[in-house]
Amino acid sequence: MPTEAMPLRQRFTQGLDAPICLTWELTYACNLACVHCLSSSGRRDPMELTAAEARHIVDELADMKVFYVNIGGGEPMLRPDFFDLVGYAVDKKVGVKFSTNGTRLTAERARRLAGMDYVDVQISIDGALASTNDSVRGEGSFAAARTAMDNLAAANFGQFKISVVVTRENVTQLDQFSEIAESYGAQLRLTRFRPSGRGVETWDRLHPTAAQQRMLYHWLLERPDVLTGDSFFHLSALGEPLDGLNLCGAGRVVCLIDPVGDVYACPFVIDKEFLAGNVRDAGGFAAVWRQSDLFQSLREPQSAGACASCGSYDACQGGCMAAKFFTGLPLDGPDPECVFGHGEDALAARDAAALPGPAVGHSKVDRNGTPIPVPTPVRFRTRALA
Amino acid sequence: MLLSEDQEVLDTEALSDEEVDELLVEEVSIDGMCGVY
Amino acid sequence: MSITDERVGAPARAFDPDLAWRVHPQVALRDESFGALAYHYGTRRLLFLKSRTLVELVSSLDRFGSATAAIEALVPENERAQYTRALARLAASEVIDAH
Repeated sequence: MPTEAMPLRQRFTQGLDAPICLTWELTYACNLACVHCLSSSGRRDPMELTAAEARHIVDELADMKVFYVNIGGGEPMLRPDFFDLVGYAVDKKVGVKFSTNGTRLTAERARRLAGMDYVDVQISIDGALASTNDSVRGEGSFAAARTAMDNLAAANFGQFKISVVVTRENVTQLDQFSEIAESYGAQLRLTRFRPSGRGVETWDRLHPTAAQQRMLYHWLLERPDVLTGDSFFHLSALGEPLDGLNLCGAGRVVCLIDPVGDVYACPFVIDKEFLAGNVRDAGGFAAVWRQSDLFQSLREPQSAGACASCGSYDACQGGCMAAKFFTGLPLDGPDPECVFGHGEDALAARDAAALPGPAVGHSKVDRNGTPIPVPTPVRFRTRALA
Repeated sequence: MLLSEDQEVLDTEALSDEEVDELLVEEVSIDGMCGVY
Repeated sequence: MSITDERVGAPARAFDPDLAWRVHPQVALRDESFGALAYHYGTRRLLFLKSRTLVELVSSLDRFGSATAAIEALVPENERAQYTRALARLAASEVIDAH
């Protein structure tokens, strides 16, 4: 096939000279302790990138003409240089889309954000009711998030996003999430719950059932305005493909920069198995993106393995490597949530001893080093939200 | 094997205008790539 | 001759190739081996220009008094209709605008 005629989707699997966008977790510090946190956040890492190092990363991204960066954490607004860095990025034409729990999004900060160009805001909730949400994100977190949304609305910020991780408990509230979004003129985003970070401990209990996934798929098909960030591409094997590239972008068109400068294939695989390098090494981020062994191998054609004989492999691409890795399944085999149930068979057949054990990561710990039970209640003084 | 006249016409006009245009410009949803959140 | 690109669902204002066009000021073009990415910072839309000829055409538009002149200078005759349609699509997506 002539090079120019290669479908974009195929071209993306081979990787690009620079990411199209990427996720950058600014800090592992967080004032919430959500049960499913993909980055096991809570405690700031002592080796966190300095303000100068962070600006240098922005310089690199601007040189590589990365169009925008998804900023998150932990809670990114806990970085003392948060606004400086965001301002610095947009001045260099690197757009910023940041994700926040909203606890630090005061009315004054909402007004400040409203005055900035090329900054998009996303507020996380995981339930349409406080009870559903707070059981995952901690007592008080729903109220704080709604206050942040009200602050954005009052500041005439414009359209923001509401982001939900779909679980067994909130998948029955999809219409209510839609209503909340509509009430603010906001966009709704649904994201797949992956067994990453602290999620590994709750995935069995909280990931949607097969029947719920089918329902979700049909709900999404009818609502092309709901964003998914392509995170449900494994469901495309059910029939008509969902919107998006329908493939894993990790190490190919996206990646993660973590708070200490480690570069991972994506935010859902913060594990040494998927660590490509560090921006503090010679050559910086560009060298890691273009030359790391990990990313080069991800840009090779991947083996379908056990999925090769399945007629739907082209649609689902074998699903999500994070979902497979953290449930102890081989990467060249079915996704644990394979819509045809092949994943369940694989889970039953796996060697449970081979599971990557839950890592403490940056979760808050007691003085014995034991992770504090999650979720923890939000501790904030009401005047902090004024 | 000789192609029928109909088949020959089809082969040279195999792509619709739209398909030909897709060879030049394609839009991709910026939200449509997995690996961000 | 003007062309309306209805497929993109854009405003029905027709693409007039006899006007002078240029890359939209809010659009960034990033070269790739197979063409270029075009990202519109205002609409947040991302498009792929999938041939080097198209990239050269789009980048050079502001050096010509009209899109027609640019196409005639840069595109082989038997491809001009296709490239005109491509420009119409880019205009509908606001990657290029008339100035």
